[in-house]
Amino acid sequence: MAGKTSLEKAFLSGNEALARGAWEAGLCVAAAYPGTPSTEILESLATYPELSVQWSVNEKVAFEVAYGAAVGGVRSLFACKHVGLNVAMDPLMTASYAGVEAGFVVVVCDDPGMHSSQNEQDSRWVGVFSKLPVLEPSTPAEAKAFVAEAFGISEKFDTPVIVRMTTRISHSKEDVALGQRKETPPKPLAAKMQKYVMLPKVARMRHEFIEQRLEKLRAYSEKTKLNKTELKDTKLGFITSSVSYCYLKEVFPEASYLKLGFLYPFCDEKIKAFAASVKKVVVVEELDPFLEEHVKALGIRKAHFKHPSFRVGEFNPSLIGDVAAGKERHVEPKPVRPPRLCPGCPHWATFSVLKKLGLYVAGDIGCYTLGALPPTSAMHTCICMGAGVTFHEGLRLAHPEAKIVGVVGDSTFVHSGITGLINAAYNKAKGVIFILDNSTTAMTGGQPHPATGRTIREEPTKQLDLAALCRCCGADNVDVIDPIGHVKALEELVLKRLDEDALSVIITKHPCVLKKK
Amino acid sequence: MKKAQYNITFGGIGGQGIIKASELLGWAALYEGYPVKKSEVHGMSQRGGSVESHVRFGKGFFSPLLGAGQADFLLCFHADEHERLAEFLKDDGVDLFEWLDKAAAMIDNPKMLNTALMGVLAAYLPIRQPSWDKAFETVFPEKIRQRNIEIFNQARHMAQTAINP
Ligand code: SF4
Repeated sequence: MAGKTSLEKAFLSGNEALARGAWEAGLCVAAAYPGTPSTEILESLATYPELSVQWSVNEKVAFEVAYGAAVGGVRSLFACKHVGLNVAMDPLMTASYAGVEAGFVVVVCDDPGMHSSQNEQDSRWVGVFSKLPVLEPSTPAEAKAFVAEAFGISEKFDTPVIVRMTTRISHSKEDVALGQRKETPPKPLAAKMQKYVMLPKVARMRHEFIEQRLEKLRAYSEKTKLNKTELKDTKLGFITSSVSYCYLKEVFPEASYLKLGFLYPFCDEKIKAFAASVKKVVVVEELDPFLEEHVKALGIRKAHFKHPSFRVGEFNPSLIGDVAAGKERHVEPKPVRPPRLCPGCPHWATFSVLKKLGLYVAGDIGCYTLGALPPTSAMHTCICMGAGVTFHEGLRLAHPEAKIVGVVGDSTFVHSGITGLINAAYNKAKGVIFILDNSTTAMTGGQPHPATGRTIREEPTKQLDLAALCRCCGADNVDVIDPIGHVKALEELVLKRLDEDALSVIITKHPCVLKKK
Repeated sequence: MKKAQYNITFGGIGGQGIIKASELLGWAALYEGYPVKKSEVHGMSQRGGSVESHVRFGKGFFSPLLGAGQADFLLCFHADEHERLAEFLKDDGVDLFEWLDKAAAMIDNPKMLNTALMGVLAAYLPIRQPSWDKAFETVFPEKIRQRNIEIFNQARHMAQTAINP
């Protein structure tokens, strides 16, 4: 038994399965910036040598590189976490207008429960906002199957396609059947000014086009097998999608289901027909009332919904009964051990200095955000990527006399700190910005970035010189110091720089202790 | 005595090799020919936070996560986490917590605690040696594989003797 299955099946996470599905579907180019829970999609794609796969400096850049390849005529993919999609919204909104030559898939991984994120946004709304179709798998095996569908839909309807995952699907594993790769020959380079040069006149025509495209997608949504009606006991029926479907099936195996895999545009007729065929119908979805509002808009009076308290947090099999019954959330998640900086982490030394000097610290996203927690408790803001630099400037405008510093990690600085530093210099800001340089993207598991001089496949490449870059951006002083073993020297340096009427960057450089050798 | 499905909860703190252990079981079950699902709950696990993992194999399940009272076996790697994890266990489920100290005593390298506890669990599961061997090949790098297999087999033997003296 074992020998036979092992050739055809593998034990894959949702992210690995999605990568495998994209590879089998003839993917050529993929780009992303690391972000939990999406990171393993690109790491997994990087193991297929025939693909062009890159860590880009941020999500906007990644989106544009991958989308450019699709306009160039090869199947391509962009992957991100939910907040990463915000960074790529600018190209996404107009990519919807321009469409594609070859298939282009946008994978977004939401994080209900915020296992490792700064907010709990529900990216399904992006489909409505950008007028793009949204596919939603429930399992790793479906992630693999749906991404292949997504490439087909992209080419058939001339549209980018969003595949929306959640942490639970990205990071769950199951046995997944493997297939062969189907090559897709590249299309010729298309000079289509009326499609790809988004002047107002062109954009107007394309806006007409995407309104019509939505109608066609709506019709497709009615007939695709991705939206699946399972009629069993008609006393109780669920309209659901994503991992909620798995939890419900576990607890209500005899009920009827309308499982939505092609989530948006909605299959209105299917939804109405399903509601009419069951006695009681309950809409079950994590996070926002996305299906709920649409089902209400369809005038389905008998539909039941979750209690608003369940718009926060992740579901699980123990909670799903209460969700389905419309009860209020009453079980608070049990307190778990909070994470801490690793023993020996270079950030300990830097944060001990920030704490000792009693500074107000504009923080940023990375392992070092843990510096906000005891025992260091030395971070006072953390909103989004790059804001360690820009918040520092804004806070100083509000309180010119206060002792304020900014901190940002090396990877985060390259992602979106550079523009903030140029802005600070240009607008004559003063103060001290720390780049906490651990020579990796540590929080997501240690991915390389431009300042490490290595690619996603660990090949050597041009290495970005952070100190030289900061000088070019207009920093008056750039100091590089190893914080470990030099706490006193670091403290003196910070005091000196804070005293000066200058814009200073202090790069605290020491590798992450978990860095892959 | 073979059951239709096997549900196992693993838990402890980041860095104890819990994910690796559940990975090993997942592959072994797959090589044995079972449908299998696994899911984890961990925030930033490299940094010492709580880690929890669920593996299920056999027939008739949909959810990758277990609910309260669904686990047939509990493998807890850290005393502080035991109370929190115990709610996953069925009334007649098997709690392998008492093996934690015995497993720890078997090894000289704390990094192998996961392998030793897996050996104990293996004594209860319908997965045969060739599937475990292949799973070790898939999950462990060659350098440390042999040593881990030895610990695993030793722990399994010890547990088998204790269950059926
Ligand atoms: S992973 Fe690296 S950077 Fe992050 S806390 Fe641990 S040692 Fe520090």
